[in-house]
Amino acid sequence: MATQQTRTLGKLAVSPSVFVLFMWMIVPLAMTIYFSFLRYNLLDPNPVCSLLTPGALLDAENRCLAGFTNYYYFLTDPAFFKAMGNSLKLVGWVLAISVAGGTLLALLLDQPFFGRGFVRIMMIAPFLVMPTVSALVWQNMLMDPVSGFFAFISKSIGLQPIDWFTHHPFAAVVIMVAWQWVPFATLILLTSLQSLDEEQKEAAEMDGTPPLSYFWYIVLPHLIRPMTVVVLIETIFLLNVFAEIYVTGTAGPAGNLPFLVYQYGLIANDIGGASAGGIVAVILANIVAFFLMRMIGKNLEA
Amino acid sequence: MGTISLKNARKAFGDVVIIPGASLDIKNGEFVVFVGPSGCGKSTLLRMIAGLEDLTSGAILIDGKDMTEAAPSKRGLSMVFQSYALYPHMSVRGNISFGLKMAGMPKNEIDAKVAKAAATLNLTEYLDRKPRQLSGGQRQRVAIGRAIVRNPEGFLFDEPLSNLDAALRVNMRLEIMQMHKDLGATMIYVTHDQVEAMTMADRIVVLNRGNIEQVGSPLELYNRPDSLFVAGFIGSPKMNLISGKPAEKFDAQTIGIRPEHLGISLKDGTWPAKISLAEHLGADTFLHVDAGPCGMMTVRAAGEYDAAPGAKIFLTPEPDRIHCFDKDGKAIRK
Repeated sequence: MATQQTRTLGKLAVSPSVFVLFMWMIVPLAMTIYFSFLRYNLLDPNPVCSLLTPGALLDAENRCLAGFTNYYYFLTDPAFFKAMGNSLKLVGWVLAISVAGGTLLALLLDQPFFGRGFVRIMMIAPFLVMPTVSALVWQNMLMDPVSGFFAFISKSIGLQPIDWFTHHPFAAVVIMVAWQWVPFATLILLTSLQSLDEEQKEAAEMDGTPPLSYFWYIVLPHLIRPMTVVVLIETIFLLNVFAEIYVTGTAGPAGNLPFLVYQYGLIANDIGGASAGGIVAVILANIVAFFLMRMIGKNLEA
Repeated sequence: MGTISLKNARKAFGDVVIIPGASLDIKNGEFVVFVGPSGCGKSTLLRMIAGLEDLTSGAILIDGKDMTEAAPSKRGLSMVFQSYALYPHMSVRGNISFGLKMAGMPKNEIDAKVAKAAATLNLTEYLDRKPRQLSGGQRQRVAIGRAIVRNPEGFLFDEPLSNLDAALRVNMRLEIMQMHKDLGATMIYVTHDQVEAMTMADRIVVLNRGNIEQVGSPLELYNRPDSLFVAGFIGSPKMNLISGKPAEKFDAQTIGIRPEHLGISLKDGTWPAKISLAEHLGADTFLHVDAGPCGMMTVRAAGEYDAAPGAKIFLTPEPDRIHCFDKDGKAIRK
């Protein structure tokens, strides 16, 4: 890509894909923004606004344009604050569990033991299970207070089985989501552990470093970068958790922002309100991402 | 006091024997170099002394005490690694002081020791930098500083100069020798470079396939090699090894003569030869010659030797510089 000509040619060659990607991103976003300013409800018996009535915007009585009403109602809805709190709580808990658990599991899997290769492969399995399936399995086979496996264990040691979805619905969702994301963290942290220089380990050994200090002074600093990657990537996905809440019916106590948008759109059929909620969620996600990058992003430079 | 003794130290991984059994006594304050081709087990032997590899059998005595089972940090030895093995996220100060911190030394004592080591190694202005901001030579110094502050009985160097460029290597070589003189500590130094071995060592240990071939001062090894292997390994350019008819005259399977111990004449001599190539180094000229039944040989001519390829010359070995070896490659002493 040295000469002017090859550079121009390069730009020309990539332009179709850039165009497609741009359209793919911008069209849904633009439509969502457009809908969020409309009075657009699917249950309206006399719809004046919809995607299919282009003349609606020119309606003489101006019944279609909602201005910021959708945003006003969404942001003043008590359910919004609860959902936002749940979203952040869920992200925080799952991040904490997956980073801490992932580190411990990675340390364990880095040790030589019989069948390590097999265990490592099995380790990734939860990550490959569909969230819907995982939620159903957890709900019906593990956490069910009557026929679940946890109930069986509780009963066999003489304890009262826990009715997870009645008494600890939020914790149940956190456990299910964390189960899916711990393997991801483990995988990334394990590869990083394996890249720890062998001579550095030996130098620490010559320095007489006890195991805990070795972890604290040598291993942990080495893992900070991959941890940053784990936190950034997981945050993006954890803000969008939906299936676990939908399938287990824990929306009341554990519903998050995506679920609230779903309730607006597909239960209340309020497309305008749901779009406004969607835009709010996008803005909040960007704020979270901004602070995350500010806090830990500097670890990625160097 | 830093004496180190190996008593028939053996290392094997299953059936693969790395060190069949090495015995060696290293005196206090001695500079010993382990030298040998790659894969000869010299690093393994060093790591066994350091405690980074277990012994299969045998014993290691440090300062007269049996340290065969002792943890690396309890042996009173410091090691400088080939890759330096600095802790990348710690400053130079952190790297140098880490071992002391782990040993639970009070902070003001650590600071004093670090400051002193940094001053001797010219690292004072770099103390707050990270290793990645340092040049290769400076990193090397930090690694040495980390070894010095622990005040060890002995230093172990594992090919410490192999990552440096040629000019810096000569410098660091001198610095390490100076350090040995100043500290008076026992040092074991592993290298595959026989020039490093010859210039630095009080005693050289030549290793071949895990066996100690010969132990001696550099000139002992140069003048009286015990085996074909040592004869071929020590000295640059390599000793000429001749077998067949010319060797039979000396009642030997193989005879060896160093390039610098061959006389050149245009008129007559023991072996006729034809020059095939000349390397002009300024101070010396190395002639690669085809000496008929003796095969290809290297000859050193002092100064600038005006030689045309194809020219005929005669070579005469200095009689008392001929090394004779039997069919097992052992030297025949007369």
